[in-house]
Amino acid sequence: MSTAPVTEKAAAETQKRRPAADGTPILDCRNVSKRFGAVQALYKVDFDVAAGEVMALVGDNGAGKSTLIKGIAGIYTFDEGEIHFEGKRVRIDNPRDSAALGIEVVYQDLALADNLDVVANMFLGRERLNGVVLNEASMEQESRKTLDSLSVTTLQSLRQAVAGLSGGQRQAVAVAKAVMWNSKVVILDEPTAALGVAQTRQVLDLVRRLADHGLGVVIITHNLHDAFEVADRITVLRLGQRVDVYEKETSTQQEIVHAITAGSLEHVPGMVAEGEL
Amino acid sequence: MIEAQGTPESPQVEAEGLRETLEEMVRGWVARLRVGDWGALPIFVGLIALALLFGSLDSNFYTAQNFVNLLLQMAGVTSIAIGVVFVLLIGEIDLSVGFVSGVGAVVMTLLLRPGEQDWPWWAAVGTALIICAVIGLLHGLIITKARVPSFVVTLAGYLTWSGVVLILTTEASSSGTIRIQDDVVLRISNDYLAAWAGWLFLALVVGGYVVLELLKVRSRRASGLGHRPITVTLIQAAAMAIVGALGVYYANTNRGVPYVVVIVSVFLIFWTFVASRTRFGRHVYAVGGNPEAARRAGINVDRIRIAVFMISSFMACVGGIILASRLRSVDPGTGGGQLLLNAIAAAVIGGTSLFGGFGRVASAVLGAAVVVMVANGMDLLNLASGWKFVITGGVLLAAVLLDAFAKRARAASGVA
Repeated sequence: MSTAPVTEKAAAETQKRRPAADGTPILDCRNVSKRFGAVQALYKVDFDVAAGEVMALVGDNGAGKSTLIKGIAGIYTFDEGEIHFEGKRVRIDNPRDSAALGIEVVYQDLALADNLDVVANMFLGRERLNGVVLNEASMEQESRKTLDSLSVTTLQSLRQAVAGLSGGQRQAVAVAKAVMWNSKVVILDEPTAALGVAQTRQVLDLVRRLADHGLGVVIITHNLHDAFEVADRITVLRLGQRVDVYEKETSTQQEIVHAITAGSLEHVPGMVAEGEL
Repeated sequence: MIEAQGTPESPQVEAEGLRETLEEMVRGWVARLRVGDWGALPIFVGLIALALLFGSLDSNFYTAQNFVNLLLQMAGVTSIAIGVVFVLLIGEIDLSVGFVSGVGAVVMTLLLRPGEQDWPWWAAVGTALIICAVIGLLHGLIITKARVPSFVVTLAGYLTWSGVVLILTTEASSSGTIRIQDDVVLRISNDYLAAWAGWLFLALVVGGYVVLELLKVRSRRASGLGHRPITVTLIQAAAMAIVGALGVYYANTNRGVPYVVVIVSVFLIFWTFVASRTRFGRHVYAVGGNPEAARRAGINVDRIRIAVFMISSFMACVGGIILASRLRSVDPGTGGGQLLLNAIAAAVIGGTSLFGGFGRVASAVLGAAVVVMVANGMDLLNLASGWKFVITGGVLLAAVLLDAFAKRARAASGVA
């Protein structure tokens, strides 16, 4: 396969980028809670991801996946709980804090400007200049390098408008944009939701390669098949709480389905008041 | 072995890339046409069709006299349309440009009056430009901070500034007409380059274009990236030189190349540079294409919007001064009439999308050429005003429909 040499290259880079102490979480949320008025969206959730691993975040609608991610991204602030990043306790009050730490989120709508070309999108807001003039050559080179390192080979020209790309190619551009900025944790929100079989394959391969590059990868998904295919561990949320974290190797899909729909919780919403009385 | 794997730096791949580019460029062009990025193609077709039509209907249309008139008539509309292009690029509209241009022209004229303010021309022109930029700032602040649609804010501006023009002109003179007596300002639209200066101007433009393109090729080659073949650049430059030379030669057989052509060209080149080569320009396109993406990328979207409304009012003022210089006076109707619609029509007909994100500054010139050619041709034919309105409306509608079809084609290819 044509990917072989690139994988070698990726492996070499993995060695470079992966921190020495493996297994310790790069991002570690402890006991985080978030309440919107009367709704307890998250209740004392623990969530962590290590460098070089893919953590899937699964759960039914309203389980709190988006709230958790938005808290990490700095769009909301958690009401309680701590966030540790690379072993240090950090505060994330706005999206800039999270970007400064090296956390990048690829949202479902991708946030690409359709009228701009691939390079312009990848460097949007962080354009390289040569005096006052855009340094197009340098930006194109860097974009190409990043896409090559992720083995994205389906893009013919980086100068075509994003409007003309397929769903999978757009996803690849959005992911490459996220990893180009020395990011350490990449969070992908339903990256395969709107894609066909072949494109889903490409995106999952891409997700795996990100982890092989030494990044911590969080993938939010509804699709357990995808989760099992690409993730190392799976965190299940239900009704705003964490049911458990499952190792992919030692769990089955039935187990996870059961956890999503009927997993046991320490704290049942609506029952607290009566229980504590 | 790793390097041989399709990295663009390898000389072998680059050589192949070079040989393919001419074909690739044509193919890329066809591909862009298919996805609805028609650029300037429809307009060139339209311009040629109009020229043939009017030329066959009236023998005066092709005369050198009329050619120079066309250039003079285009200058004001083109300047205003350049500002409108920026507004359309961010997906907004500015309905106030007509009367803002009027305010600029009237302010300048009042400041120039001998025996009254009697300012030197540069101070009067500079003050008018600054006042108009501040008007744009005001529009932009209201649109962004109060979150009112630009349509409404600039419609209010349309009424307000028309009132200001009326007040200023009637206060200053009972008839409302104030003559411009400053020689420099009058020469803007009423004087012509010497024959040799016209040729020098053309040489500078074409030469500058070639040098810039060659520098671009050199920097891309130094970075190991593909670039378009130099022959294409040379063909383009040759086409520019031939068309330009015909224009200069023809203008020189009459009065010569008008000064305004140089002035408008300078603005055109400057704003093209801003739109296509600077970070600000890139952000303008991003805000027009997807404001949410721009916001998440850390772009201060409000600031871009405000700046664009300032550009719009500033360029309106430039156009207003050019038009006032041509008429040698201002009156209560300055900036009114068809000016606003002609400027917006020029931008849209030139290929700038009303939906934001697509278009070029140069489209202002091409669109203005169509608008002015239609008006000029109908004047030569002595058509009744009613018919002129009907036909101008038809041309604008055709351009907007074309834009809508192009947008549909883009949407279809975006989904595919």
